[in-house]
Amino acid sequence: MNLKRVLAVASRERREIVRDRLFFTLAFVVPTALMIIFGFGLSFDVENVPLAIVDYDGSAMSRDYTYQYTTSRYFDFQGMVRDERDLVPLITDKNVRAAIVIPEKFQENLLAGRPVSVQTLIDGAFPFRAQTIKGYVMGINSAYSAGLLADYLAQKKGMSRERALEMLQPLTLEVRHLYNQGLESDWSMAPKLIGFLLMVCPPLLTALGVVREKETGAIYNIYSSTITRAEYLTGKLTPYVVVSALNSLILWAIAIKVFDAPFKGAPLFFLAASILYVVCTTGIGLMVSVLVETQVAATLVTFITTVIPAVLYSGMLVPVASLDRAAQTVAHMLPAMYYTDIVLGCFLKGVGPRVLWKDVVVLAFYAAALFATGYFMFRKRPNA
Amino acid sequence: MRKEARDMLTRTVLWGRRLRVMTVKELLQFSRDVVLILFMAYTFTADVYLGGQGVSLELRRAATFFLDNDHSYTSRELMDRFRPSSFDFSGEVSSPAEGIALLDRGDAMVVFDIPPRFEELLLTGKPASLQVQIDSTNSVLGLLAGSYCSRIVSAFGMEAGLRRMGLTAESLKHMPMIVDEQRVWFNPNEDDRWFMSIAELLNVVTLFAMLLPAAAMVREKERGTVDQLLVTPLSTLQIMLPKVLAMTLVIMIGVNISLFGIMRPFFHVPIRGSVNLFMAVTALYVFATSGLGLLIATIARNLGQAAMLTVMSYGPMIFLSGAWTPPEAMPKLFRILMVTSPLHHYIDVSFGVLLKGAGTSLLWDSILGMAAFGAVLFGLGMWRLRRQF
Repeated sequence: MNLKRVLAVASRERREIVRDRLFFTLAFVVPTALMIIFGFGLSFDVENVPLAIVDYDGSAMSRDYTYQYTTSRYFDFQGMVRDERDLVPLITDKNVRAAIVIPEKFQENLLAGRPVSVQTLIDGAFPFRAQTIKGYVMGINSAYSAGLLADYLAQKKGMSRERALEMLQPLTLEVRHLYNQGLESDWSMAPKLIGFLLMVCPPLLTALGVVREKETGAIYNIYSSTITRAEYLTGKLTPYVVVSALNSLILWAIAIKVFDAPFKGAPLFFLAASILYVVCTTGIGLMVSVLVETQVAATLVTFITTVIPAVLYSGMLVPVASLDRAAQTVAHMLPAMYYTDIVLGCFLKGVGPRVLWKDVVVLAFYAAALFATGYFMFRKRPNA
Repeated sequence: MRKEARDMLTRTVLWGRRLRVMTVKELLQFSRDVVLILFMAYTFTADVYLGGQGVSLELRRAATFFLDNDHSYTSRELMDRFRPSSFDFSGEVSSPAEGIALLDRGDAMVVFDIPPRFEELLLTGKPASLQVQIDSTNSVLGLLAGSYCSRIVSAFGMEAGLRRMGLTAESLKHMPMIVDEQRVWFNPNEDDRWFMSIAELLNVVTLFAMLLPAAAMVREKERGTVDQLLVTPLSTLQIMLPKVLAMTLVIMIGVNISLFGIMRPFFHVPIRGSVNLFMAVTALYVFATSGLGLLIATIARNLGQAAMLTVMSYGPMIFLSGAWTPPEAMPKLFRILMVTSPLHHYIDVSFGVLLKGAGTSLLWDSILGMAAFGAVLFGLGMWRLRRQF
């Protein structure tokens, strides 16, 4: 490998990137902007669920029960509805996501010491939201039930209401949320977004850069020159790795400064791991660019093949351990998961290379494999 | 008079013929990019399948370890309550440090601490306090795990309390309490795959609707063939419209393949409303979104720029659509901004038609919103394009 030639290719590529002002700007603006938008917006704390209530009883107790919902911050009370049938269009459209139907004789039955079924209708189009709403309703109902039971037992057994409540709830559970005490979704999302963006952006830049030469025919200059494959690829890809490595620094700074995510690990280790990861994802771009001939195809292929793994199989939204068997296997075969481990380890857990070395090794192996495959598949004289 | 009418007719026929020729040209050009076609086939089948199969934000088989300081019948009974699908009993640890190490390595998500004399306390009715440590690096799942643990423990405690008062779980049926009867509409089994596969399909449609027309336009610019088009008697509209038409056609084919080849047979996604309405809305949406693509094409000078600009506008669009984050989880400002995202309207309409069986009488506002967005962007794109030539 002749270093001079590598440098020549690299500096030419650098110039080409820098001179395309819009492209150059976007190479930095896109990850930054996406990080900020997703970081602020990708939240799963469902609140203010639009709720309607049908009260067939209209008694003092049913109003008291209704009050539990109308004052809850989880629900956004939209109003009383006269009849259950009127709920159908409301839920089918998007005005109401959940509705409580209080039956007739609500008060009568409860005072007589009988259980009462209260129906909750939930819009299930978005299962995650439905699940969350179910949990809220369950919480409100069981708290209300505990009150009812305590009243009843206190009366029956002749003890105070407090004593009855204490007997019903003898256990207290102290929940400690490790690594993210306040359950800040920003904290947990921002670091993982670094992994996501470094998975999507570097391959896109790289693939576009290499395929552009193919599409415009400029690559024939390379085909006919004395430069070797290895020299060309090294020179060509270096500027993209540098751009992406700079991006990883920028994203790291945003995570810490803008989202206040705690960084408990060693910065140098994290930087080294990030560069390794960037090399790895640049390798994905190389693979794509060897396979496709046009820039449109390059964009689409990179985008679709990176976004899905980066979101679904990386542990960004759901930890890999909670995936089903098949998905876990897929996740282990892709690099994103290992970097997510590193990111979370460095940011939230504060563990270092001693725990994370395995992930680093896998990434290194991955990068080597990608580049080797790209190298062997890249032909200076394609049979066309 | 008759001559004028005939002129009008020939002109319309000519216009139509030119449109047809240009559309065929776009389709031909598209069909020659074999990799792109193969890839589109992959996207509308395997990618939608993977996306639908994908993940859901549920607490599933959280690795749960116990530090049992009591070793009693009661403590074992409590441990037995932590079952799949939410929890997965993964073993016992002998010291707190061991639990922390498991959490640090990510091998455990929940470590539950049962205090000594737990059984004794519970049987004598003394308050007992338990502790649970949860790996909350994923805040949503951390929250879920915490609330599930609390629910299990309080139910367990309540049973013990009732037993002490000489009551059984059976006797609860004769006591005043609220019985939760929850009915989930439209997706009673809460099959995530319905939601996920539809959402993924809509995302994919958006990406193609933006990128394909934009790329078709920019490619002409980059190669200089746009000059050839300009010396033909074609108007700007006649150059632009065929690109959009051709790509709409291609995307519609993809949507059909996805819907009837993947989502129906594999995920049993219901189509409760009218298929025709869904297809019509999809066509309208693709048309509207390609307006955005054309606008990008007027800004970008080469495909690299076009691709980056697409990604740049695609991100916020997906994000504001409610496909990943339910609107109820968004800050107020974003919820207002959502009205401007055509994908948001499209998603509402699609879920409305497919899952909820809604018709135009309920969905007209969303359809109108999409049409308005499309008209504005298309107009803007046309205006900018005309000025560039």
